[in-house]
Amino acid sequence: MGPASLLVLILAAVAFATAAILLSKLVLKASHNPVKGETYECGVPTIGKSWIQFNVGYYLFALIFLIFDVELIFLYPWAVTVQKLGMFAFYEALIFLFILFMGFLYAHKKGALKWM
Amino acid sequence: MEFSLSAIANQVDTWLHANCASWLALTIEFVIVGLLCIALFAVLGLVLIMMERKVSAYMQLRLGPNRVGPKGMFQTLADTLKLLVKEGLTPNGADKFLFNLAPFIVMIAAMLVLAPIGFAKDFVIWDINIGVLYISAISSIGVIGILMAGWASNNKYSLLGAMRSGAQIVSYELSAGLSILTIVIFTQDMSMGQIVASQADGWWIWKGHIPVIISFIIFLIAVTAETNRAPFDLAEAESELTAGFHTEYSGMKFALFFLAEYVNIFIVCAVGATLFLGGWMPLHIGNWADFNRIMDYIPSSVWFFGKTFFLIFVIMWFRWTFPRLRIDQLLNLEWKYLLPISMFNLLLATFIAIQGWYL
Repeated sequence: MGPASLLVLILAAVAFATAAILLSKLVLKASHNPVKGETYECGVPTIGKSWIQFNVGYYLFALIFLIFDVELIFLYPWAVTVQKLGMFAFYEALIFLFILFMGFLYAHKKGALKWM
Repeated sequence: MEFSLSAIANQVDTWLHANCASWLALTIEFVIVGLLCIALFAVLGLVLIMMERKVSAYMQLRLGPNRVGPKGMFQTLADTLKLLVKEGLTPNGADKFLFNLAPFIVMIAAMLVLAPIGFAKDFVIWDINIGVLYISAISSIGVIGILMAGWASNNKYSLLGAMRSGAQIVSYELSAGLSILTIVIFTQDMSMGQIVASQADGWWIWKGHIPVIISFIIFLIAVTAETNRAPFDLAEAESELTAGFHTEYSGMKFALFFLAEYVNIFIVCAVGATLFLGGWMPLHIGNWADFNRIMDYIPSSVWFFGKTFFLIFVIMWFRWTFPRLRIDQLLNLEWKYLLPISMFNLLLATFIAIQGWYL
C-alpha cells in the first residue's frame, strides 16, 4: 500500500490508545485522596529522589552495544550481495569481523563486560 | 473456491473502486486497514493472555480460569472491563508529560512492525524492500518507551526495571540481528515477501543446514529476552521489583503496556516463522505430489498463524522450564556466548552460501 500505510498505522495506534484512555475516563468514578499520589514503595514513604546518578555498568553495555549495532548496519548491505561477490567478500568480512572481535576482546580484558 | 484473504481484499478493492471516487475509495481502504490492525491488537490481547493462562495452568497441573463463560473463555474480557473502571493514577513526583507519553510510544512501535509482515499469500500491508532492517529498526523504538516509563515514574523499582530492560533489550538485539542476517545471506534479499518466496521449495530451517538451525535457536533465545519474557523477565521480576517499569501505571495505561507486550511476542514469533519456518508457505515434502496437494488446500493464513502460535507456545513453554537468570548471568550469556557464537555462525553461513551447499 505504500509509505502512507505507516502513517495509517501510527494514527491507528494513537487512536486506539487515546480511545481506551478516554473511555476509561468516561466510565470510572475518580475519588480524591492526597495519599493516592504518593510514590509506591511497598507501604513505606519513599526516601529521596529516584533521579540520581546511576550505576555506570548499564551505560558501558550501551556503549559497546552501539559499536556492534553500527557493525550490524554495515553487514546488512554486505549480506545481500555476498553470494554474488563470492569468496572475496567473505575474506573482507573476515577481516572486518576480526578487527571488531579484537576490540571486543580488549573491552573484555578491560573488564567492561564484568558486572560490578 | 478456496478461502483466501487476498481474494477478499481484492474483491473489496474492486467493489470500492467501482462504486466510489478513487480518493474516497483510497480513504475508505486506509480506514479499513487501520480498523483491522486495531481489531488484530484487541483479539491478540484477548487470545494470547487466555492462552498464557491456560498453558501455564496445564503445565502446573491446574485448570486455569474456568468460571467466566465456557471453559473460562471470557476471563480476559472481564479483566479488561475491570481495568477499564480502574483509575489511571499519575504519581505526584512523576514527570507527567513523559509518564503519559510512554504507553503511546510503546503502542506505536508495536503497531508499526505489523507493516511488512505477510499474514497470508499476497496479504500484507506494505512489503517494504528493506523489510527485515525495518523490523529491527522499529522494534528497538519500543525500548525508548520502556526507559521513558521507568524514568518518568520517579520510582526506584521502575527505574531499576527500566534500566535492566534497556540493557537487556539492546544486548540481545545484536544476536537477533545477526541471526536474521544469516537468512538475508541465503535469500540475498531483505524484503519479507522475497524471503517467503525463497522458501517455496523448502523452509530455511530444512534446507539451510547447520548455520540456520544454530541461528534459529539463537533467534528464539534472543527474542525471548527482547520481549522480557521468563527466564529473562528481570525487568519485572515480581519478587524483586514488584512490577518493574510499569509499577506506577494503573488502569488503562497499564493495560496498554500489557497489550503491547503480548503483541510484541506475536510479532517476534511471526518474524521467526517468516524467516525460518516459511511464513505462509505450506509444508511440502520432496516429490510426494499427493501430500503436497493436500497441504496446498489448507489456506495460507492458517499456515502462518499456525506456525506463529506454535512459536508462541514454545516461548510460553520456556517460562515454566527455566528459572529466572540474574542480571550478570543474563549479560554474560549474551556477550560471552551468544554474540561470539552468532558472529562465527554468520561466517559459517556465508561460507556455505558462497559454496552453494544448500538445496
